[in-house]
Amino acid sequence: MKVSTLLRVTGALAVSALALAAAEPAAAQAKKIKIGFVTTLSGPNAAYGVDMRNSFELALEHLGRKMGGIPVEVIYEDDEQKPEVGKQKTDKLMQRDRVDIVAGYIWSNVLLASYKSVVDNNTFLISANAGPSQLAGEQCHKNFFAASWANEQNPMGVGHLLNQKNVQKLYIVAPNYAAGQDMANGVKATFKGQVVGQDMTRWPDQLDFSAEISKIRAAKPDAVYVFFPGRAGVQFLTQYTQANLKKEIPLYSVFTIDGVTLKLQKDQALDTFFGLFWAPDLPYAANTKFVTDYKKKHKDTPTFYGAQSYDVANLINSAVVATKGDLKNKDAFRAALEAAKFESVRGPMKFNKNHFPIHAIYQQEVYKVSDSEYDIRTISKIIDNLEDPSAPKCKM
Amino acid sequence: MTLLLVEQFLNGLQIGLLLFLLAAGLTLVFGIMDLVNLAHGSLYMMGAFFAAVLTEWTGSFLAGALLALPATALLGIVTEVIALRNLYTRDHLDHVLATFGLILFFNELARVLFGVGGMAIPLPDSLLTHFEILPGLPYPTYRFLIILVGLLCAGFLYVLVQRTRLGMLIRAGATNREMVGALGVDIKLLFTLVFGLGSALAALAGLMAAPITTVQIGMGDNILILALVVIVIGGIGSIRGAFIASLLIGLVDTMGRAFLPNMLGTVLSPADAGTVSEALSSMLIYILMSGVLILRPAGLFPAPGR
Repeated sequence: MKVSTLLRVTGALAVSALALAAAEPAAAQAKKIKIGFVTTLSGPNAAYGVDMRNSFELALEHLGRKMGGIPVEVIYEDDEQKPEVGKQKTDKLMQRDRVDIVAGYIWSNVLLASYKSVVDNNTFLISANAGPSQLAGEQCHKNFFAASWANEQNPMGVGHLLNQKNVQKLYIVAPNYAAGQDMANGVKATFKGQVVGQDMTRWPDQLDFSAEISKIRAAKPDAVYVFFPGRAGVQFLTQYTQANLKKEIPLYSVFTIDGVTLKLQKDQALDTFFGLFWAPDLPYAANTKFVTDYKKKHKDTPTFYGAQSYDVANLINSAVVATKGDLKNKDAFRAALEAAKFESVRGPMKFNKNHFPIHAIYQQEVYKVSDSEYDIRTISKIIDNLEDPSAPKCKM
Repeated sequence: MTLLLVEQFLNGLQIGLLLFLLAAGLTLVFGIMDLVNLAHGSLYMMGAFFAAVLTEWTGSFLAGALLALPATALLGIVTEVIALRNLYTRDHLDHVLATFGLILFFNELARVLFGVGGMAIPLPDSLLTHFEILPGLPYPTYRFLIILVGLLCAGFLYVLVQRTRLGMLIRAGATNREMVGALGVDIKLLFTLVFGLGSALAALAGLMAAPITTVQIGMGDNILILALVVIVIGGIGSIRGAFIASLLIGLVDTMGRAFLPNMLGTVLSPADAGTVSEALSSMLIYILMSGVLILRPAGLFPAPGR
């Protein structure tokens, strides 16, 4: 407890150190585009923040570090996976750095704590991962865009997959925070069978899932569906494999297996089922360029977190080009973002009226590239042009 | 249902004993040296990283684990001699500040040495098996091993503290440091030894947890809070208290997670029961702590003389 108190004190000190704001240029065309990027760069999930930063930087390199001829400056901030820290860092970007656009955010609870500081100050926020149902529905905002997905979308794809595989009885396990609730609701929205049990685990500090796994074994479902993003995915999969349940009760998941976790999950991730809107092998020109150049530069495969960040940079670029760098005219800039005139790495996409994407979801699997190397590949398209279910609740 | 109850009881026992390994070292250091060591969680993390690296080198989990213990003890002793020795005369807030700094230092050190990706300790096939504890109740061998190691360690600490000369000095040190020093015992050396022992216990906890929870930067930060709750409930400086409190917390936490949703489900809608039971089960241990503090402000088994 003392640690968190101290962290709070440290955070407060950082925020209170307000500097003088730079004078804003009077001309219509900005002299420099300042983008604030909030992600997780410390703690167990730091690898994802690094992947997002690498991908955003790669996109800028592909653009010559200029958008519409204007130089771009990016300020990366670490949210430590904590909502209160994310809010502080967002406030710092808005008040001290006076950024033109804020982007990033892995965690739905961090985004929900932070977004108001941005959108209520007439500034655009573009999520590079989190897509909470609140922001897709009742609390949708004209200045908020998700370049990633709505939380329910990928689980809805998995729900269809479960139906295709003729699963009748399903057990659901997900962490108890904003995204965990959405991911559980998403699969229930399309799954036609019976949900025989559901556990919401403590987030983010529960690392031992023995109690939940014992309950799964006792409930004898046809399949289990989980959402454990980041490091938690390794922990759950390790323990599920150790419990020797994978053959008996097939494992379906979203955002639980990715390029980073796969380095530790290895064989444990084989023969599991999952669905996602993007994979490194999707055959689109923008995707091939992104994945090839990322591999060349970082000797590593990018994750979906990176792919989404790459898309965010190109989405912003498309709007800057369309408005000829006039960042002051918010209405024109918003219209340009809504048009989504850029080559997304996921292939065809367009924005719904709530500023969340409409796109396809694919079934994917893990395969062995060599003895020690694993990768993710696409099996088939589960569903095309999927809209999220919260969109009708958005009054915009 | 009975089988599930037994299985969940074992799960709770296993979590509790893992927590005991961590809390035992913390309560020793806190009780005997009067040092608030927030960096105990960092030693837990470093122990796990050492075990992961050494397991990779030697190709054997057992060898990696056995080597990681003295390695972490040595790291603890070096830390004590360089950084902590000068703090004993200062007040607790200085301890908190300095050891919080050590947390940041060790997290950064782990990032430099081992990378941001973390590591996994794959178990040998012999430990990936199951055996039937009761007919119809298979239990993972490794989780059972954790229970065994935890109990053995508790027994070892009991004998060490209650039946040996070193243990007598440790108990005397916990009760009255100045008097022990005045009687001609090298208290500096005793403290260093105790800190080394505490570090080795932290490492044992870390490396036993690692095959289940993987090794990652900052893995000790959250569990340290639980360990602090344990020593508050058990009484500062008391190994016996730490043992009882760890088991209490492990069982209360697991049973809460396992059975609250169904129990609440009989009176609430499934969605509400899920939300309420999750919130309630994560509060249970703190409710337990408050209850103990109201009845026994010094904890269940306070060391005498405090």
